[in-house]
Parts: sequence; C-alpha cells; structure tokens
Amino acid sequence: MTAQTAITHPALEVRDLALEYRIGPDWKSALRDINFTVERGESFGLVGESGCGKSTVAMAIMHYLPRNGRVTQGSIRLAGRDVTDLSPRELRDLRVNKISMVYQNPGTALNPSIRIGRQVEDVFELMGVPAREREGRVRQVLDKVQIADPIRVMRRYPHQLSGGMLQRVVIAMAIASRPALLILDEPTTGLDATVEAEVLDLVRDLRDEIGTSVLFISHSLAVIRKMCDRVAVLYAGRLMAVGPTEETFNNPSHPYTVGLLRCLPSPETGRRDETTLDTIPGFLPPLGAEITGCIYAERCGNVQDICREVEPELIPVPGDSVSRCHFWDRAQELPRTVPEAAPRRERSEETLLAITNASKTFVQDGAPVYALHDIDLEIRVGETVALVGESGSGKSTLAKVLLGIHAPDDGTVIALSGKGLSAKVAQRTQGEIGAIQMVFQNPDSALNRRHSVRRIIGRAVRLLRREGRKETDDRTKNLMREVRMGSQHLLAKPRQLSGGLKQRVAIARAFAGTPALVICDEPTSALDVSVQAAIINLLAELQAEENVSYLFISHDLNVVRYIADRVAVMYLGRLMEVGSSPRVFAGPHHPYTEALLSASPDLEEDTRIRLEGEIPAASNPPSGCVFQTRCPRKIGVICETVEPPLEEAEPGWFKRCHIPIEELRLLQGQPPAEVTADPATT
Amino acid sequence: MAQPSHSAGGFRLTIPQATRSQRWQVLRRSATFWVGATIVVIWVVFAIFGDFVTPFDPLGTPADVLNRLEAPSGEHPLGTDELGRDVLSRVLAGARQVLTVALAATVLGTIFGTALGLVVGYAGGIVDEILSRILDAFLSIPLVITGMLALTALGPNTLGVIVVIGLVFTPIIAKTVRAAVLSERQLDYVTAAQLRRDNGLYVLFVEILPNVANVIIVEFTVRLGYAIFTVLALSFLGFGIEPSIPDWGLMIAQHRGYLTGGIWWPVLFPALAIASLVVAVNLVADSISQAFE
Repeated sequence: MTAQTAITHPALEVRDLALEYRIGPDWKSALRDINFTVERGESFGLVGESGCGKSTVAMAIMHYLPRNGRVTQGSIRLAGRDVTDLSPRELRDLRVNKISMVYQNPGTALNPSIRIGRQVEDVFELMGVPAREREGRVRQVLDKVQIADPIRVMRRYPHQLSGGMLQRVVIAMAIASRPALLILDEPTTGLDATVEAEVLDLVRDLRDEIGTSVLFISHSLAVIRKMCDRVAVLYAGRLMAVGPTEETFNNPSHPYTVGLLRCLPSPETGRRDETTLDTIPGFLPPLGAEITGCIYAERCGNVQDICREVEPELIPVPGDSVSRCHFWDRAQELPRTVPEAAPRRERSEETLLAITNASKTFVQDGAPVYALHDIDLEIRVGETVALVGESGSGKSTLAKVLLGIHAPDDGTVIALSGKGLSAKVAQRTQGEIGAIQMVFQNPDSALNRRHSVRRIIGRAVRLLRREGRKETDDRTKNLMREVRMGSQHLLAKPRQLSGGLKQRVAIARAFAGTPALVICDEPTSALDVSVQAAIINLLAELQAEENVSYLFISHDLNVVRYIADRVAVMYLGRLMEVGSSPRVFAGPHHPYTEALLSASPDLEEDTRIRLEGEIPAASNPPSGCVFQTRCPRKIGVICETVEPPLEEAEPGWFKRCHIPIEELRLLQGQPPAEVTADPATT
Repeated sequence: MAQPSHSAGGFRLTIPQATRSQRWQVLRRSATFWVGATIVVIWVVFAIFGDFVTPFDPLGTPADVLNRLEAPSGEHPLGTDELGRDVLSRVLAGARQVLTVALAATVLGTIFGTALGLVVGYAGGIVDEILSRILDAFLSIPLVITGMLALTALGPNTLGVIVVIGLVFTPIIAKTVRAAVLSERQLDYVTAAQLRRDNGLYVLFVEILPNVANVIIVEFTVRLGYAIFTVLALSFLGFGIEPSIPDWGLMIAQHRGYLTGGIWWPVLFPALAIASLVVAVNLVADSISQAFE
C-alpha cells in the first residue's frame, strides 16, 4: 500500500453488498444493497435489532462468513483494496495487519489454557516481530489498554481475570498491529454498566491516540450515540438510514429510527403512571422473505400505498444523511401505536412481603461465601420494587431465597401478608407457591422448547389451581388473552414464536395461580428494544389489573426509573440504599448509587465519577463498609473499621453509609435541602 | 451464584437452528446416509425373509457331507462349508441372528441407560457422586471379557447374550444421558417446574426427556454398531449361540482352520457380511449425529 492510495481512499467502503445464507436446502437473502463508507479516523456505528444482519456485515468485512454464507454481489474495499476476492495469503496478511475485530464475549475469544502473555505475544509473532522484542511489545500494548500491572496479568490464565479485564486484553490484541480498521461487535454487551463505561472510555482514548477507524456494532442506541461520529441503522438486512450520529438521533428522518427512540424510556420520559411507552408493532420479517415495496412498510405507522409497491432508494436528506423512506420528511410525525394514557392503578401502604434479617451463606470448597447479609426489605401490595446492582451483588440470590429455591441462613424471617413463610418451596402451601412466581430473563431457557404453549401454561394452571380440566383450559386461554396473545398460538412451540411472544408466554405462566408477588429477573434484557417496550407496558397493565407486586431486577436504570415505585440498591449481598424511585434518582445518593448512575452511557464525560477495580469476592468481603475499597467518597479510617448500618436518613429513605446526608448533598453538587422534595423535575 | 445476571443472550450471530423437518432434509441429502441405510435395509430384509429367499436350506438338512468345502461354483456361488451347507444361504440367513440379538441388546441398554442417566443427572449431589463412580467402575471392565464371564456362568443362550450386552451398555449410555441432563437441568424451565412444585417424574420424563431425545437417538445408533460387533465376537469365541443356527461369527470360527489349506470361502464371505453391516450401521450413525448437531 503506497502512501498515496492510503490518503485518497477511505478506511472502509462497502458498495452494493448482498449476501445469502443457506438454511436447509434454500439460499435466503440476509443482506441487500448495503452501502456505507468509514472515513479514516472515523468512528462509524452500525445499530439495529438482533437478526438485522449487523454481525453478518462484520463477518463479511473480515471475510469470515460461516460455511453456509456467501456474498452474491457488491464490493468491500479496505483502503481502496477489494477484499471479496483475496487469495488465502493476502487474506492472512489482511487479518494480521490491516483489520482487527473484538467480539462480544471476551471469555470465548481467548484460549482458556494459555497464559495471557503468550496469547498476546502470538499476535506479535504473526506480525513478524523478532522474539526478543516481543515481551516488551506485549507489556507496552497492555499498558496502552490501561492494565495497571501488565507483568502480573501476563502470567495469568483467562479464567483468573474478570470480564472487563479480559475485554481489555482482547482489545490490546486487536490494536497490537495498529490496524487501519478496528471492528467492535457488541464489545460491552455482557459487561456490567460500570465496566462498560470504562471499556468505552478506553476505546475512545485509543481511537484518538492511534487514529484507527472504528466500526462499532451495537444494539444499544445509547452506546452508539456516545461512541460514534456517524451511524447506519440496519433493519432486516437493509440500511434504513445513514448519517451523522447527532443528526440521526436528534432529527431522525426514518420512521424506524423514530420508533426505536420512542421505545426507550429515558430520564425525559414520564414515569409509568404518567405515560405508556410507545412500541413498534409487528415483527422482523423472516430471513429471505420476498417483500415488494419497503421492507419496513408492514410495521410503519406512516405507511402509504406507494410504500407497499415501490422500495425506496437511500434518499439524500438534509443534515448530510440518507434515508430509505418515501416520506422521510414526515418521519417524526409518526403516530403513536399505543395510547399514551397509562393504566390507572391503586396503591396501598399495606405490606405484602417482608424479609427481615436475611442472610445466605453458601459453602464453596469448604469456605463460606457470604452471598446475602443483613437484608431488610418490604414490598407493599401493588408496588414495584426494583433491585439494582452490579452482577455478583446478590440480586438473584435474594430472589431465589424469596422463591424458596435457596434456604436462607437461620434467623431469616420471611413473612407473606403477615404470615411466616417456610424457607423451602417444598414446605410451602399451594397458595403460597402460587402467590410468589417468577419471570425469567431469557424465555428460551425458561420455556421448554418441546412443549406447546398450551402445555406450558396449562401445567402451571393445573398445579397451582388444582381445578377440573375445563376450568384449567379456560384459565389458560384467559391468561393468553391477558398477555395479549391470540388462541392461534395455543399449539405453537416456543421456537415458532418471536422473542416478545415467548416472554409473554412466560409472563402468562407466572400469573397462572393469581400471584401476589411476581419476581421479574431482567425480564427485558434479552429482548430487542422494540419488544422491550411492549413487555414493560404489559407488566404495567397487568399490575394495574391484578394489583400484583413486582420485585423487578434490572441493570437498566432508565427502565427502573420508568417502572419502579421504590428502588433497592445492592452491593456485595447488602442493601446500600433503599427509597422511593424519584428520591433515589434525584439524590443525594449513596456513593455506590452515584457511581452506578454515572456509568450510564447517556451521560456526558465530565459528570462522571468512576469506580476503580472489580467487585470484591463475596467469600472475603472487605472490612468495615464493604464498598470502601472502591468508594470515591471514602472519608477515612471509620469506613475501613466500622460497617455502617442501613439507617433511615429521611422518612422512607435508607442508606448504608457513614457520610451524613447533608455532606453527600454537597459532595454531589446538589443544591441544599428542600429542592429534592419535587423529584419529577430532575 | 455470582453469575453475570444480565449477559444479554439475544445478541449473537444467530444462524437459525435446524428444526425437525430441516434435520430430515439434511439426512435426505446426505449420500452417506443413503448408502448406509440401503445396506442396512437389505440385511434387514434378509433377516426377516431369509428362509424364503435362500437357494438352499441354511440349516443344511439333510446334511450333504459329500459336497463339503466345495469351491464357489454355479450351483453354490459362495461354495459350501465343512458340512456341505450352502455358504450363500447361511450368510444371508445369518443376518437374522446378529440383527435381532444386537438390536434387542441395544434397546435394552438404551432403556436402562436412559432411565439411570436421567435419575443420576437430575438428582445431582451425593446420589450423582456415588452412582457415577459405580458406573465408572463398570466402564473400566473390558466389554468382551465381561460378556464371556457372564455367559460362562449363564450357559449359552441367546437371551443371555442380549441381557449381558444390554447391561454392559447401560453405564455407557447412562453417562452420555447424564451429561445431557446436567446441561438441561441448568435451564430455567426446570426451575420453573420446581417453582410450581411439580412432580419429579413429570419433570424427568415429560420436561427433560424430550429435550435429550436427540442425544439418545445418536447414542443408540452408535451403540448398535458396537453391539453387532460384540455379538459376533462372542459367537466367534463360541459363547451364546447354538452351533446349528447360521451365525457369521461362528462360521468364521469353525472354518478359520481351513484357511491354511486354501479354503477361503467359508471365512471370507461371512467376514464381508460383517464388514458391510458394521460399516453401514456406522455410516447411518455418523450421518444422524451430524444432522442432529
């Protein structure tokens, strides 16, 4: 590559790309008419829901398609060089020197049985770096991804490092060759928000430093918005809109972008009692579906006759953008698909469930692991309590203790409507079992893939209600209606249903025995944005109709802000802060809550505080306050020696922190006193 | 515990999984499968109708000792054996013995092994620990030797061979099924069943069993190949089979002494029969396991 061509050509140029997968005997179109350009030094985002073809684009660029995939048309030019017809040798050179990729799961990107140092060294060996220089280069590049102690990390095996650290190592390997193009495919999706924030900062710094072009693939609009200069919105294997990030999101010119943005609750959206979330109706068309006209017409609220007949081109629109929409100028007038009026519900102060003095100690390899410690929490009738915290903070353990799957330690008291509840599900009465049910994170795992919808829901109805065959069948159909599913799905198997429908079936099952409390463990995080909104609306409606309480476990603080009445923040098996949702989001916050809030990718750089390091092991919690090892507001020795109690610092607001509330207010730059009384304005 | 609670499962490069009809399509388009299946079907036909299609009585009554050890000829295309019986007829009819015994033994082993594997995998904990060690202990004993010992004690009879091979296969199949159940048990639908306090047998046989059926089918076809081999090895060694019944292993055993005298046909043809059947069954097993993965 001569210097001259390097200057004249953009880093990546994809023209008219079309691609097919063979499913069974047929070739089905997966990408069509993909056109975009990534300029040198630019961050380009590719956003879309799952199944839209984002990863397929990346694989095509890497020339690394699965065996049942083939490019049928178009060109992919890296710095002016077409990569679609390279010899194996040229391809090797390309992957070693010009282009690197970081995958979603760093745990599977590294070889578990080879030390980190050796794996990073391999990259330099491939690049032809002489053996004696390699170790130094490895140290340098690990330094570059801000790994504090590279020598120590080099001696480790992958399983000895945390997810965030592994992703740093993978990024180090990717930038080792200073590639012209770095592809990041959902690089932070499996990571905690606090870790995600760090990794995103790192990627940004690196891009500025080594000037590489970045193709950033993500389903998260917030992450793309934060990271990218320009963005392409992908839907069903076609580009819907391409343009500068600001323009695309703030002044969208395609109804799909408008719809996606409306599905996401944000700090500006009202809370669940004020407004519903808008959704995108319908489903992604199946792979290879032959559709005349606009592929999005089926789901578009602005659809006209012409949309079903003529497929629009990518039309240039103001703001240096293009949009595949005949009526791009009307995109933002998209009518709501869901009435704005939120379901009305009654709240009561009556306690439904109280768990007091709860702790849970597991024994692992003979050593105790303190998964829960000193938990006091009550859930009122008809209320939603959100449980937030990083992974490993004990949220799921607490849920399992309430459900009777894990027996808590002695001394724990769980009371349902004032009556003591047995620790194990086996000792609870039928009524008590039906009263506490669960909606799982991933419906693919929660629904038996060999059973029909009728059997999945019907079995729960039969066991939790013990009525006759006819009543069971009626109740099953009734539940289907309640989750807005038609009886045509009764005989369907889970794989015949979309992700959203599957989660509806799981919700119907949880409501089989007229529950008083439904524990929702990340019920929307495995779902696409457009589906997430519909599920959250459904949960809100069911709550209004059935007066059920929710314990809502989530890492998505925007969803929590929208749906929760109260929020409980957990860290290392302890409750750090409990209070009404508006109060918790308004502050002053517990320092840990403050850190969680500032990890959100919605925020600007300078409003952030950063958490150092990883959550400590529950088998060996720090002395004093468990958060003191990472606390940005630590005040001194007292934090290291005395564990603060969970105290009621304001009526209805509890914190586990030595710092007085007034001081927190000052530290967090909030105006003193009164103002917090009206949290809705923040 | 301490598992990342929000590893968003939905965002991967998802190439749709093959459904049942697509699996059948993959099988149908596999040449390996068709070659294997055709040979197996031919042998099954001979096993069922052997007596009607063989040119001579495979039992060789009345004995024709005058024409013993005749080389292949127009009348006896594969020659005759030491008692003057037609080798072709005996090879064709011999399919019945090996197929029935091997099939019955594999079915037996699969039923026991599946039941055991389901229970061990689902129970977990100390039950799993103890039973798994016992299964390992059984696995460490060589197959043919176990069979010989048991058959010496039981005396030669077909039922004995079936039971012995079935029992020898049980721990092998149980281990495979156990592994499948262990990963299945992690899934939330099993937790959901516990949350409605569902009956253990329902969870095992209605919830979990259909989801490990693929593993069992693959294991069954692979085991069938081994069973054929084991049956023949035992009969070659003289265990389990009455000498008059046409049996490939026994035929080879009885005539291998004549090889030095240049009389190869009563050994070669049953050996070819064995090879074709075992290879065919393995071809089918391979293509099935490929289609199911």
